[in-house]
Amino acid sequence: MSVAGLVCSLCGERFPVSAQYVCTECFGPLEVAYDWEAVRQRLTSEPFPCHTSSLWRYRALLPVNEIPPNDLGAGFTPLHPAERLAKEIGLEELWIKNDTVNPSYSFKDRVVALAVATAQQMGIPVVACASTGNLASALAAHAARAGLPAYLFVPADLEPEKILGAAVYGPHIIGVKGTYDDVNRLCIQIADRYGWGFVNINLRPFYAEGSKTLAFETVEQLGWDLPDHVVVPAAGGSLATKIAKGFQELLDLGLVFGERPRVSIAQAAGCAPIVRAWEAGLDHVEPVRPQTIARSLAIGNPADGVLALKTIRETGGAAAAVTDEEIIEGIRLLARTEGIFAETAGGVTVAALRKLVAQGHIRPDERTVLYITGNGYKTVSALEGQASAPPVVEPRLADFERWYATHSSAQAVELRPAGFPAASQGGVHPCPE
Amino acid sequence: MPRVIIPSLLQAVTDGAREVTAEGETVGQALASLTQRYPAAESRLFQEDGALRPHVNLFVNDEDIRFLGGLDTPVGENDEILIIPAMAGGA
Repeated sequence: MSVAGLVCSLCGERFPVSAQYVCTECFGPLEVAYDWEAVRQRLTSEPFPCHTSSLWRYRALLPVNEIPPNDLGAGFTPLHPAERLAKEIGLEELWIKNDTVNPSYSFKDRVVALAVATAQQMGIPVVACASTGNLASALAAHAARAGLPAYLFVPADLEPEKILGAAVYGPHIIGVKGTYDDVNRLCIQIADRYGWGFVNINLRPFYAEGSKTLAFETVEQLGWDLPDHVVVPAAGGSLATKIAKGFQELLDLGLVFGERPRVSIAQAAGCAPIVRAWEAGLDHVEPVRPQTIARSLAIGNPADGVLALKTIRETGGAAAAVTDEEIIEGIRLLARTEGIFAETAGGVTVAALRKLVAQGHIRPDERTVLYITGNGYKTVSALEGQASAPPVVEPRLADFERWYATHSSAQAVELRPAGFPAASQGGVHPCPE
Repeated sequence: MPRVIIPSLLQAVTDGAREVTAEGETVGQALASLTQRYPAAESRLFQEDGALRPHVNLFVNDEDIRFLGGLDTPVGENDEILIIPAMAGGA
């Protein structure tokens, strides 16, 4: 067993493994502490099993050591070279980690996989979450597969497609009047009173570790090499923090060599508490009232905002906020250049990348990885009115040719530029066995 | 008098009380009366310099005091002060 207990990320106080998530001494968030000697020994006798094409490949570095029964297979998503987007933005080497293709179509499947496995190990009979939508869907899917009852608390005005994307799995969904921060406050009180397994509250130390697998996969898919710079969307701030932690763990274990990647974050201008704190040079984060189409990032009071700020500063990263118009343009740019349809949070990340490059925070020669964390079909309503109605023709060749003659001259035929990126295609690392 | 709702992680130092009636006309004064009654709560909620610990969130009637007047936010007879950890949620 590679887990040694829980440790307070602020004061260092240690606690035994349980569904405790806050330090009783200072209210600081707890995280999983590992027995690194046990991890090293395990990696010597049983390295990352390459026949496991899910995040459980890296279970030696996770708080759950065995693949749970009824697993949904989150993770090990493609890392694509993004040559056309790189050219548009002015980068020499850009990669896209496409987490839109997880079982419930967002990166939340990674964290939920860990949380539900932990709940099962601890014998917790009910799982629950506060969610802006993606987490609700991921938890509903994993709970359905594990046969656990699930209670999902969401803002009452959430996009209908996100409600539907969770409801289909048969959980209990409760709409709460107010913002995500109001939902979260209620859920902290319910977790306190009922002892349910709230995946992002009292199971959070285990849940959050799932995000490290985005760093592990990136390194393996780059041929056990590090990127120079990564751009990560930020809501609560945990994802950026844990991706940085994942890179650091591989460096500490001597599994990869080089400079720690710079971590930059992306937020929507209508909810950018971490970006504002970074710009103002603060070491705390002032809460804001969210107002953005990027609902999955609309957390005005980010739980790990301070840790995310620390991560940005320690790694030499930066932060950028983008408007709703830039978000839409970002979604369209990614789809048009790379064939990946991302949700609004992905639009935020693409637009922020463009801004960070334009502002000189990312140098053109930096090998950059962009984390695209949710599927575009989750937020189609944000694109309403963006696509013009297609022309309609009679089912006759002459009719088509009449239309084509008037339009073909206006259509610029764009040819794919020759050449491939310098690095190898990301893919499954050759199996030593 | 305002009521203070105590989270379970503090109930060990409030003799198990989930709710405490406090004295005072501001959030700061109400918390001072709480820590006077339960001295062990002081170091859990406040830093050595007297500032509120960064991961302690306070709400008055469901509104974050950082959107109100901070510790100087006035509280009255029927107000509810909620103490919760700044924790959880989101990505």
